[in-house]
Amino acid sequence: MYFVKVFVTYKPSVLDPQGEAVKGAIHQLGYESIQDVRIGKYFELKVQSSQEPVETVVEALCDQLLANVNMETYRYEIIEMEEEA
Amino acid sequence: MKFAVVVFPGSNCDKDLLWAVKDLMGAEASFVSHTTTDLSAFDGVLLPGGFSYGDYLRCGAIARFSNVMKEVTRFAEEGKPVFGTCNGFQILTEAGLLPGTLLRNESLNFICKKVALKVVNANTNFTSEYSQDEIIHLPIAHGEGNYYCDEETLAQLKANQQIVFEYKENINGSVANIAGITNEKGNVLGMMPHPERAMESLLGSEDGRLFFASMIKNFGKVTN
Repeated sequence: MYFVKVFVTYKPSVLDPQGEAVKGAIHQLGYESIQDVRIGKYFELKVQSSQEPVETVVEALCDQLLANVNMETYRYEIIEMEEEA
Repeated sequence: MKFAVVVFPGSNCDKDLLWAVKDLMGAEASFVSHTTTDLSAFDGVLLPGGFSYGDYLRCGAIARFSNVMKEVTRFAEEGKPVFGTCNGFQILTEAGLLPGTLLRNESLNFICKKVALKVVNANTNFTSEYSQDEIIHLPIAHGEGNYYCDEETLAQLKANQQIVFEYKENINGSVANIAGITNEKGNVLGMMPHPERAMESLLGSEDGRLFFASMIKNFGKVTN
């Protein structure tokens, strides 16, 4: 069993208006040191071990559904878990 | 010509579309469910605006996997007309039937108003009843209508004359003021404005009538 964290964000070339709005609020709070804010999505997946490598499954899922690769990029972390009893 | 108006969970402009093509334009039309797997009885498919699947994940991302979309894809590949407005446009981009994607409006505001559009290409089966470069007025109502595509795609859209409608003023941040595009073959059109809400001058504009009149005239001939 694997625990997979998937992070989806806009590509650097795509304007993130939500991030810009939050950055404005941060600056209003006085934290001028915050230079950039990007907002994305976070998914937690539990993936059962199978013949297919877990990376292949996760990448296929990201490409088809979790991210729109026209505008978003993704990265993920895979943590091996002990099988549940 | 018989239209299918697809109803997804969360569609809310389906009745407007049916009313526009059936009651006002006099075409045959009926609702079909997102679970439908057979559209062979129809000559045209209309994807309505709304919030399919609550806009969860991304607008149109989940609707794309509904049963009917496999059939809509087949339908489009046969060269039959498919039109999506607002959420329907978002679904068509997510399904890969149209290039690009729709991002959140640059201002972050949900924008609901009548806007001026330029008919950039009156030489399509969806717009032939308009004149080239005609300025028309249609309502928009969207939070995520900011059309985005990369430069390469934009160059292709321009080269193939796939850009059909442009906003006169860029209200949502769209690349090149794009409000509506077709696929390369010209039988799939998606746009953020709502022609089906501009059918009677009492409601502010009847500039949407020529859109459906073009579809019925041109595609009606092909398929009947």
